[in-house]
Amino acid sequence: MERFRQLIQLISAFVANCRLLITPSNPIYKGPLKHVCFPGLNCYSCPATPWACPLGALQSAFASLKANLAAGKINLGLYVIGSLGVVASLVGRMPCGWFCPFGLFQDILFRIRLPKLELWRPLTWGRYLSLIFLVIILPIFLTDKFGYGQTSFCKYLCPAGTLEAGIPLLIMSPELRSAIGTLFYGKFALMGLFIFWSMVTIRPFCRTLCPLGLILGLFNKVSWLRLRFHQNTCVDCHACELICPTGVFFATGRDDINSTKCIRCFRCYALCPGGAVTIEFSSIMKGELENIEGCDCNQKQG
Amino acid sequence: MKSRLPLFIFIFFCLLTLSGIVLGEPGEVFQKAVAICLSCIGIG
Repeated sequence: MERFRQLIQLISAFVANCRLLITPSNPIYKGPLKHVCFPGLNCYSCPATPWACPLGALQSAFASLKANLAAGKINLGLYVIGSLGVVASLVGRMPCGWFCPFGLFQDILFRIRLPKLELWRPLTWGRYLSLIFLVIILPIFLTDKFGYGQTSFCKYLCPAGTLEAGIPLLIMSPELRSAIGTLFYGKFALMGLFIFWSMVTIRPFCRTLCPLGLILGLFNKVSWLRLRFHQNTCVDCHACELICPTGVFFATGRDDINSTKCIRCFRCYALCPGGAVTIEFSSIMKGELENIEGCDCNQKQG
Repeated sequence: MKSRLPLFIFIFFCLLTLSGIVLGEPGEVFQKAVAICLSCIGIG
């Protein structure tokens, strides 16, 4: 399953960045696909992408909320929130593990042979701060005299934006180079930090600061697709905890198997020698849980 | 009831998406996404 996931990640990264005819005079795709948000962290200012970024679009909606309301226009970000919710209600945080190009980038960096470090678990709370302050509060409330806020997460934090949009656009557009300042150098340093961190710790950005992962992860417990841990068939080998890329320690009861941290890579499911992890789909018609292997999960629940 | 929750959540977000489409929000997303986001690249 891991090989299959890696293949899907590669295909997805290509789909997310499939614009091949890029010219300096036309650096950004302006076709109809830009109406649609790609379910992953993929900057919409990246010259190669034909899609919109859900986080960028969400912040833009929040940033123009005051001004729009003052002008009698309504843009509450319902389209972006709704489309993220539709994906997340079906598969939870699975796009992080299977479709996100920046997730794939971090996975590749982690393959570099260097001593590896565990992530200090309290840092995972940074995702909440990032979502609440940089995506919601600052764009809505820190506005200029015209009522417009800023896309604070993109501006101050997003390393994917620097990597996918900032660097290529600065290479392609000499006129932009004269405008870079402290902010760009700060973001560049932050991107460098995450690149190095990704070599020694698996997926540090996803686990510490990614608000998109948190939004999708909040649906993990209630999504149509869920993981289930069967304590009675667990052989206590703890292989699942060693292999988990996001440190979800469910076998010891420290975390829920459907924690917001789980990116649904299904490594634990594929590896478990006792078959204690199953993937289940909530049958939306019958209101029952069904195992993908066809076994009677309702009996297991009992 | 609890096991039907994914269905209710799915329908709720489908309705939210449709409301956004009716209000013309994809057009707003498009407008933002076709311009170079100077903030995203650390300028401005």
